[in-house]
Amino acid sequence: FFQYCLSGHPTLPCNVLKFKSTTIMLDCGLDMTSTLNFLPLPLVQSPRLSKLPGWVLKDGSMFLDKELKECSGHVFVDSVPEFCLPETELLDLSTVDVILISNYHCMMALPYITEYTGFTGTVYATEPTVQIGRLLMEELVNSIERVPKAQSASMWKNKEVQRLLPAPLKDAVEVSMWRKCYTMPEVNAALSKIQLVGYSQKIELFGAVQVTPLSSGYALGSSNWIIQSHYEKVSYVSGSSLLTTHPQPMDQASLKNSDVLILTGLTQIPTANPDGMVGEFCSNLAMTVRNGGNVLVPCYPSGVIYDLLECLYQYIDSAGLSNVPFYFISPVANSSLEFSQIFAEWLCHNKQTKVYLPEPPFPHAELIQTNKLKHYPSIHGDFSNDFKQPCVVFTGHPSLRFGDVVHFMELWGKSSLNTVIFTEPDFSYLDALAPYQPLAMKCVYCPIDTRLNFIQVSKLLKEVQPLHVVCPEQYTQPPPTQSHRTDLMIDCQPPAMSYRRAEVLTLPYKRRYEKIEIMPDLADSLVPLEIKPGISLATVSAVLYTKDNKHVLQLPPKPPQPPASKKRKRVSDDVPECKSLKPLLSGSIPMDQFVQTLEKHGFSDVKVEDTAKGHIVLLQEAETLIQLEEDSTHIICDNDEPLRVKLRDLVLKFLQKF
Amino acid sequence: GAGQDVGRSCILVSIAGKNVMLDCGMHMGYNDDRRFPDFSYITQNGRLTDFLDCVIISHFHLDHCGALPYFSEMVGYDGPIYMTHPTKAICPILLEDYRKITVDKKGETNFFTSQMIKDCMKKVVAVHLHQTVQVDEELEIKAYYAGHVLGAAMFQIKVGCESVVYTGDYNMTPDRHLGAAWLDKCRPDLLITESTYATTIRDSKRCRERDFLKKVHETVERGGKVLIPVFALGRAQELCILLETFWERMNLKAPIYFSTGLTEKANHYYKLFITWTNQKIRKTFVQRNMFEFKHIKAFDRAFADNPGPMVVFATPGMLHAGQSLQIFRKWAGNEKNMVIMPGYCVQGTVGHKILSGQRKLEMEGRQILEVKMQVEYMSFSAHADAKGIMQLIRQAEPRNVLLVHGEAKKMEFLKQKIEQEFHVSCFMPANGETTTILTNPCIPVDISLGLLKRETAIGAAPDAKRPRLMHGTLLMKDNSFRLVSPEQALKELGLAEHQLRFTCRVHIQDPRKEHETVLRVYNHLKGVLKDYSVQHLPDGSITVESILIQATAHSEDQGTKVLLVSWTYQDEELGSYLTSLLKKGLPQSTP
Repeated sequence: FFQYCLSGHPTLPCNVLKFKSTTIMLDCGLDMTSTLNFLPLPLVQSPRLSKLPGWVLKDGSMFLDKELKECSGHVFVDSVPEFCLPETELLDLSTVDVILISNYHCMMALPYITEYTGFTGTVYATEPTVQIGRLLMEELVNSIERVPKAQSASMWKNKEVQRLLPAPLKDAVEVSMWRKCYTMPEVNAALSKIQLVGYSQKIELFGAVQVTPLSSGYALGSSNWIIQSHYEKVSYVSGSSLLTTHPQPMDQASLKNSDVLILTGLTQIPTANPDGMVGEFCSNLAMTVRNGGNVLVPCYPSGVIYDLLECLYQYIDSAGLSNVPFYFISPVANSSLEFSQIFAEWLCHNKQTKVYLPEPPFPHAELIQTNKLKHYPSIHGDFSNDFKQPCVVFTGHPSLRFGDVVHFMELWGKSSLNTVIFTEPDFSYLDALAPYQPLAMKCVYCPIDTRLNFIQVSKLLKEVQPLHVVCPEQYTQPPPTQSHRTDLMIDCQPPAMSYRRAEVLTLPYKRRYEKIEIMPDLADSLVPLEIKPGISLATVSAVLYTKDNKHVLQLPPKPPQPPASKKRKRVSDDVPECKSLKPLLSGSIPMDQFVQTLEKHGFSDVKVEDTAKGHIVLLQEAETLIQLEEDSTHIICDNDEPLRVKLRDLVLKFLQKF
Repeated sequence: GAGQDVGRSCILVSIAGKNVMLDCGMHMGYNDDRRFPDFSYITQNGRLTDFLDCVIISHFHLDHCGALPYFSEMVGYDGPIYMTHPTKAICPILLEDYRKITVDKKGETNFFTSQMIKDCMKKVVAVHLHQTVQVDEELEIKAYYAGHVLGAAMFQIKVGCESVVYTGDYNMTPDRHLGAAWLDKCRPDLLITESTYATTIRDSKRCRERDFLKKVHETVERGGKVLIPVFALGRAQELCILLETFWERMNLKAPIYFSTGLTEKANHYYKLFITWTNQKIRKTFVQRNMFEFKHIKAFDRAFADNPGPMVVFATPGMLHAGQSLQIFRKWAGNEKNMVIMPGYCVQGTVGHKILSGQRKLEMEGRQILEVKMQVEYMSFSAHADAKGIMQLIRQAEPRNVLLVHGEAKKMEFLKQKIEQEFHVSCFMPANGETTTILTNPCIPVDISLGLLKRETAIGAAPDAKRPRLMHGTLLMKDNSFRLVSPEQALKELGLAEHQLRFTCRVHIQDPRKEHETVLRVYNHLKGVLKDYSVQHLPDGSITVESILIQATAHSEDQGTKVLLVSWTYQDEELGSYLTSLLKKGLPQSTP
């Protein structure tokens, strides 16, 4: 039982579990924070970005000035943005049997794994996870591919060179592992390996292990996973939420009785209250628009945006924003809005009830109908005709490095009337803004992360009581910037085992039992014997069949009746074939009864002598001696097989067989 | 219900001490007490809730759920009722519709009320496809996709190793809006399957569709009116998609109407539950939603008298009441018109009468209606045909099959076919009859890993998959069964092992010195027992596995040596074999 940790990012995990005879990958997160080191990809040629000066080494050497540009004291790589992949060297990924996906944010590295490692297994995920995951990948590929960049910088990655660079480039980890974005054919190939599953569906893996997704309450179709055999249970908790937003609530009860609970994907902003943040978001938005400014909301095309639109739906009339246009710009905006309405079964109770009426579960259907919310695939085309200011724009990517958001940053950055409101918690907003500095526009940081915070975690752990907790090392100490906040870490007994990237953990439990089935005819043949009150036992001699990791016990086949010929009778001529299957014995032999029995069976000259530990029974005529002690019996006789067998059977009458 | 009959589906299954009721339908052919199942079969005295562990509804058709409010609110049942999400959404609407026709139009009293429908639906627990629902600690159920109508499901009911699969109504061929039913190889002890089309093997769907379109087209061309009686949800959407695409392609102008206010609502359900439709519709729904029709408009009662051709979908599907019957009466007298029955009609309904060739119908008030319009039957019911039923049996590999939801004669035929082809028992009980099926459940026990591993190690033969003999002790304590090694059993019970040992004296004629005799014995044994570990120990004794052999000179006769062969009870076979081997003497020594 091992856990291989392939990702160092606590909310974008990638672990491999060796459980019984299976190799299971848990999530396939892609660390995109690496893109913050790159210059943004502008949709429209940006004079500002193209005029940035090349970076020059302290000693004046200029060989990197084509690859690295400087902006307001920060150095950026001028190249197609690259992502930090999960570790691929720690174990042979072609041996992975299955990949379990917990939510659509944690599957972004899937094409790298399924298409480049010789992976031949199956991926399991819920239908919303796959559909929305596909949209996220489509948007990602689209926003990078539509801005072809001639340059692909690699010189700076040389270890000797990287050492000379300023932070954070100098400290960037595993730069040699950074990869360019995958393509749509790779996405399609990866997604075709996914098998759809539903909550509480039990999926058998090779007869040895059962995996089950459970609702995790964080996003549409998001799941935690139970990985169990008959005797061991590992719970994988990744990206869970106890807040009531749109998804089905988290299933906590099924996590009980876990031997090991792997805990990842906690909130990235443990100090912020999501409800408060939503309030701040609305008031900042309203204030900016009232002052004639535009609002830019960098976001993913699915997830929190549904909740934001629902809040705005209730808010805009009372805030007098009815005439302000809301634009949602993404190549997958339409699909995302449509898909959100068809996953009734994956929604919270209130939304499900609406579908029964039948009404669309999300109010953004009405915002679209009344023309308050408009969606466009990109800033080109229809949007440029309809575009009216002041307005509110929702668009990606939250890293501000690619997607339509780059255009709006360039367009609105110079005016202090405008505001950019950060709601997605995945990227540091200051780092995201760095290549746009100096900026006049207002920046508001309202990160909304509905995932579990540490108070909720400790409540959860008290509730489900796992024997052991395993988590990323980041969760076992306070955040580096708030080292005094010891409440911002996992506190449990025994202390959580922590892991970091490229580490292998041995999970602390040992199997002792396995399930086996006894066939009915064998069961019929068993003779139970009550040994102690309430405890019975039966000796079982049977044939063990093992197929597909399932064990079955059957009646041993009857030995073929030896033909009555003389030759076959001398069974002892044949060397005994298999090791005998004689039971163990227990009990003791009562002296007097034993002697009586002997006499009954025709031994008339029984003589008994006492010894230090028991007795010796002498059968004088037969020249045979039986030593009886508390826990042993020794029959010493001449080579007279019938006599020996007879005595054996008399002794066995007094003993219990095991 | 549904025993050698179509309608009033209601089956009671008792499995390993659990009682599950499958479906709770009404019968379209009756208007008296016989329209609902007779729940006194379940229990004569006592509450249904105490007797039933759960109720499962397979889909929203009234012959499968029509009696539910009567059952739960009027007879009285408070336990869980399971159905899929779309069924839960649509079921109450059809029930309300049914109630309205019965109470408001026919003026019946003593029928369930709207409030009862609402209270009944509160007892419903919605299930996902493939979700394992733990009804209680032992009883679990799981839904599979059945095709038939939106949200239709087959259910597996499982207690321990015993299981039953109930198909409800299903369709094995994907159509224009739904996918095909699917079961995994779940090997149930019993498969309860519908058998509506037990003897039919339908020609290809394409032919049927072409035929249908041709007939509609011809009638419209000659200015006739086409009436298609349907149920609001199900086939209606399938035929709407069919006509819509045809009208679009042929650029036809004749109006198509869809009666009742349910239509738009119904289509909305299809839109919101699009994940339950077929692959193609799901894939394209963002670009074009198949359930938003351009050519099909809502019907108004006044339109029926409009001149000129038209096509009208009207409910209900068997012409037994409501708008479809009204329109039928208006149009029946004109031979230019046509009625197309796209589905099965229960005995006693107008639909069944005209399909069996009756042309003079007695209507309410002794009025005789002469049917001159053309009557066509086209099987668009999404039921599996004989081929489909056989295919499902092949998929699931049940040990027994039980036929319901069909006609006795046809069942008989299918029963024979199933018994012939699959060599499993097939039953077809009538209503009120009980079929008992013996199962042979295996008994799961816990085996200690040590024992299992040990057995595996002993069986370290090249093929580990080969069956091997094993010996263990089954400990039974408070209903827990554990198979452990005998040693562990002794240890756990705090008992000591009793060692039983045998020592046999074997006399051998050998004048040589003792150690030479021992050497000869050793060489002899080594030669015979090639697969055993035979060792010559420094103290002069020999071991064969755990068996000890020592030699001493006979006290009186130096030419005779006494071999003491000593073994434990557990090694009896080998020990006994060795003594008889040695008794035969040693082979002549080779120089």
